Amino acid sequence: MSQSHNRGLIEDFGRWREFAPGMWAWIFHKFTGWVLIGYLFTHVAVLSTAISGPQLYTTTLRSLESLLLVRVLEVGLLAVATFHIMNGIRLLFIDLGVGLESQDKSFYASLVLTGAIAVASVPTFLSGAF
Amino acid sequence: MSTQLQRSEQETDESPQEQRLERKRFDESEREAQRTEEESTGDETPYVHLKVFRYDPEVEGKREPHFDDFRVPAPQGTTVLDALMYARDEFDSTLTFRHSCRQAVCGSDALFINGSQRLGCQTQIQDLDQRPVRVEPLPHQEVEKDLVVDMEHFYDQMEAVEPYFQGETPDEEEQLQSRENREKVKMSTRCIWCGACQSSCNIAAGDNEYLGPAAINKAYRFAMDEREDDDIKQHRMNILEQEHGVWRCQTQFSCTEVCPKDIPLTEHIQEMKREAVKDNLKFW
Repeated sequence: MSQSHNRGLIEDFGRWREFAPGMWAWIFHKFTGWVLIGYLFTHVAVLSTAISGPQLYTTTLRSLESLLLVRVLEVGLLAVATFHIMNGIRLLFIDLGVGLESQDKSFYASLVLTGAIAVASVPTFLSGAF
Repeated sequence: MSTQLQRSEQETDESPQEQRLERKRFDESEREAQRTEEESTGDETPYVHLKVFRYDPEVEGKREPHFDDFRVPAPQGTTVLDALMYARDEFDSTLTFRHSCRQAVCGSDALFINGSQRLGCQTQIQDLDQRPVRVEPLPHQEVEKDLVVDMEHFYDQMEAVEPYFQGETPDEEEQLQSRENREKVKMSTRCIWCGACQSSCNIAAGDNEYLGPAAINKAYRFAMDEREDDDIKQHRMNILEQEHGVWRCQTQFSCTEVCPKDIPLTEHIQEMKREAVKDNLKFW
């Protein structure tokens, strides 16, 4: 038989406009999952400063909290964690076979809730930052 | 969309599957309403611009994959398959694609049309939003020539789940199935082996050993059939419970979106996952 042609995976990334809600939910879940893993390392690193005594821990936290970037990133972190939790609950229901026909709506609901919670958290995280 | 939502809320006795189909039909009619102008050239017949993937390893100059353009008449009711056949018959007899029944039963002409897996014979030109209409072979399968892909791996996966009835046939007696049981497997029996779902599945693309939606759906069809005895069901579960069986599914719902026969594939895969969990639960 003559040779055949392997088109690879290129069309998958190129056709993001065609992605259905289920695919977006999957992509966001993967992305937020990796962000949370990354945060875990930072989190442990910051907490570990307490090994060298309470003074260093306090200075580290205070100087971090004085940075505007850190304050903004905290809102982002909350949004990421919230979406991951919401979509996780959605996936739990999907695994239980509940509401598979409204999986797109539950994805949109996760997004809306995430947005609302993130916006509501802004006063808390950003107070005194400016 | 709001009227549709109200309707589905009112008719609560509709099954989820019916609601889903209703939604699909509604999307369909909405698209039709949006389409106001069709490519026209002044005379009565509207024309459509096709962009077709071409590749032929045996002909010098065609070894490099490229797209060919065809301008074919597309009166109301013309399907993508009709348009391709016109292009082949009138312009380029070397244009190669599979087709047989032309009525969404044989499953030969699953193609990648405007970025989505569809049956050429089931997709009407006027239902497509984008112009030109891009016709490509199914992704994630090796291209043999033009729109023809190698389906061997897909068939291997299907065979792996033993897609045939293995119940014992009693002598001189019909082996009747209960209405309820028939209803349970009804949608899963509709598979036409077109391979659209397998091609749309990212996980199947990355893991060649993953059984894929079509094969798991086929396994569901027989594992859920009450006429097969427990030993056979156990045997079927053993196949599905492998590392590259049901567990690979990550519920992207891509397969369910593209299935031309509207089989709730993800739902069936999820049910087989639960069966597999039940099968392995031990209380000691």
